[in-house]
Amino acid sequence: MSHPANGFQSNLPRRHRSGQAWLLLFQAATLIGILGLTALMLNILNSNFGYVVYVDKVNPQTLAVDGVPLENLPSDTLASIFRENVSNGLFTRYDREIPLTDRSQSSIYELILDFVIVPEVKQQWSLWESLTRRAQIQSIAATDYPEGYLVFESWVDYDFIKSPQSSFVEIAGVRTAILGSLWTIGIAILFAFPVGVGAAIYLQEYAADNWLNRVIRTNINNLAGVPSIIYGILGLAIFVRALEPLTSGAIFSGSAEATASGRTILSAGLTLALLVLPLIIINAQEAIKAVPNSLRNASYGLGATRWQTIWNHVLPGALPGILTGTILAISRAIGETAPLVVIGASTFIQADPSGPFSKFTTLPIQIFQWTSRPQEVFRNLAAAASLVLLALLLTMNATAILLRNRYGNRN
Amino acid sequence: MALHQVEESASGENAVAKGRKVKLSRKTRPGEVAIQSFLFLCGFLSIFITVGIVYELGKESLLFFGRRQWENSNKPISQPISADDTTFEVSTSGFTLEEGDLIRIDDELMFILRLVETSVTVERGLEGTPIVPHLAGKNIEIATQVTLQEFFTTSGWNPQIGKFGIWSLVNATLMTSLTAIVVALPLGLATAIYLSEYASLRARSILKPILEVLAGVPTVVYGYFALTFMTPLLRLIFGRDVVDIYNTASAGIVIGILILPLVSSMSEDALSAVPRSLREAAYGLGATRLETALRVVVPAAISGIVAAFIVAISRAIGETMVVAIAAGAGPAFTFNPFKSAETMTGHIVRISGGDLSYNSLDYNSIFAIGLMLFFMTLSLNIFSQRIVRRFREVYE
Repeated sequence: MSHPANGFQSNLPRRHRSGQAWLLLFQAATLIGILGLTALMLNILNSNFGYVVYVDKVNPQTLAVDGVPLENLPSDTLASIFRENVSNGLFTRYDREIPLTDRSQSSIYELILDFVIVPEVKQQWSLWESLTRRAQIQSIAATDYPEGYLVFESWVDYDFIKSPQSSFVEIAGVRTAILGSLWTIGIAILFAFPVGVGAAIYLQEYAADNWLNRVIRTNINNLAGVPSIIYGILGLAIFVRALEPLTSGAIFSGSAEATASGRTILSAGLTLALLVLPLIIINAQEAIKAVPNSLRNASYGLGATRWQTIWNHVLPGALPGILTGTILAISRAIGETAPLVVIGASTFIQADPSGPFSKFTTLPIQIFQWTSRPQEVFRNLAAAASLVLLALLLTMNATAILLRNRYGNRN
Repeated sequence: MALHQVEESASGENAVAKGRKVKLSRKTRPGEVAIQSFLFLCGFLSIFITVGIVYELGKESLLFFGRRQWENSNKPISQPISADDTTFEVSTSGFTLEEGDLIRIDDELMFILRLVETSVTVERGLEGTPIVPHLAGKNIEIATQVTLQEFFTTSGWNPQIGKFGIWSLVNATLMTSLTAIVVALPLGLATAIYLSEYASLRARSILKPILEVLAGVPTVVYGYFALTFMTPLLRLIFGRDVVDIYNTASAGIVIGILILPLVSSMSEDALSAVPRSLREAAYGLGATRLETALRVVVPAAISGIVAAFIVAISRAIGETMVVAIAAGAGPAFTFNPFKSAETMTGHIVRISGGDLSYNSLDYNSIFAIGLMLFFMTLSLNIFSQRIVRRFREVYE
């Protein structure tokens, strides 16, 4: 009689032991995900800071006048130094852009830095190396590059954000890329938000349960699963190629400033709009679904029409949810690279985008470009741009979470 | 609706009875109708997008398969041909001709009827091209056309020399996806079980945002991570001569990390949807926490978990930037995960990266590859929805 019970008892420690072992396994698995994120972040930070040996083409001390160092000279002296040391063509180009006499002292100083002194990166170390092998790095720098100087460089800084792209690593920045990202996202939202919310309202508030609406619903779910690169191919075929007169701006301007190619900000924005549309629809549907039915019934009961009910009662209630979903969709779109590569983002752009018909580049495209260069030093720029992109995304997601927490529990 | 009308007619009779004239027929409000039509169009746009995808991909793919390419055989004719010769001599150099080949000399198309060593018998002036004399030393061009058979049965992809076997690209895609799945599925499921069955509220409130952040990192940053962290790590572990700088293993592992949050959050949703009563019943029968989790909760949520797996696989197949950066440029048919190979998505990105001219073979080929990719991911997604619908256990 006691036999089965004894068997049960003797079995119990073993069962608990295996329970413990598996729990350890589950915890380890969870830890790996966190480790992955940590490694990713550390990897980016590691390339963002570190010692760099620069060697100048022209020693700035030789440019000093009467013992006054270069950075303290007045602008007219700087302008003449610039004129003497660069080719005529280059001088004319910059003089025509903004006449040198109109430029501030610091901007002329920057020009001299970029084109006369031209500090070149000879060797660089990651943050980890810089921290652990400091003495060794200093001796290498001193023996191998006697004319150079060692600097602890932070690749991401204010200069990096505000300067345009350049083929010189030292002065390259992401301003054009950030502006390009903002332009494309702006256009994408301009189209995707009204259409997406409209579709969600239709599906939630109007659509009867017939086959057409079922097809639309299934279709939206399927579209959300289509790889982003397919949207890029679609954008290439439709916006870049078939609608070229429209997306290149030729029919508006008579090709005054048109790039005569459909590979513009407008095409990119529309492609991203198609990409985020299903996400916006699905999120907005959820938000609208969460508005209690009693609100609708009360409105109908007071004689409101269907649209009055939606506009005055359903949408205000669903708005925080809709906005949260839209912000999440935007943050997805900001990080998208593949479709923009396919529709032909330009790889090298120094001028700020001037409107929807300019050529464009975006932050992720820049990261891709810099990562795929063979020279190691560009990886630092890629890391710095990644940091900027992640900061941008984090801000947006934090906004979304704040919105959700602030208004989420009101209904 | 019917009820509505009944009410209206009933109240209408009342109004008539009281002798007042009230117009009670349903008003058509043009504004409302316009708004409803606009909203319907918004919804219908999604259908347009799908049709657009299928139409554009299909159209250009047809062009890809229908396209006749002329390839220089580097084989000159050794004697001049007059307008009525049907047999002529060719040099021994260059490509070998075969009976049944369509060839072109100058602008004249010819069909090879018979081939005896260097003597070629042809049918001349095909497709209305003028039959004219040709000088000795003119090169022969051979027509090649991409056939479905070649596309699906051969494994070399090199458009420059007329090789169009999709399998080297598909193989690389399967290699990276398989690596990703091996990493993500067990880890993702284990994470989901931990979060849903074991973790305290406090632990969950820390862990879930971390996973959300992991899911929100742009894929291009993951690509950077693969190239500058995972590849050096693999090379450190397995040796520099074993692991190439670009390799599918590194890309695959990083895609695995990328889809891990997807697997864990979808699986966790499925596990959390299993009602408490099932767990309590299992505890009541003396099951341990592990036994409850593995033998009761996971089987009850299996449809959701499988759906999560399939969606993750589809995501891994369509993943682009990681493979474009870390897996290598240049198609290669290899089963070695440490060698470089180009996936379908990576290939599309690479050849469309430059200025791609419309109507070129490369332009058409990205549509053919895209179509293949579209159907692969679409069928996986539909399959996953089917599974959820078919095998879902519904609890009240």
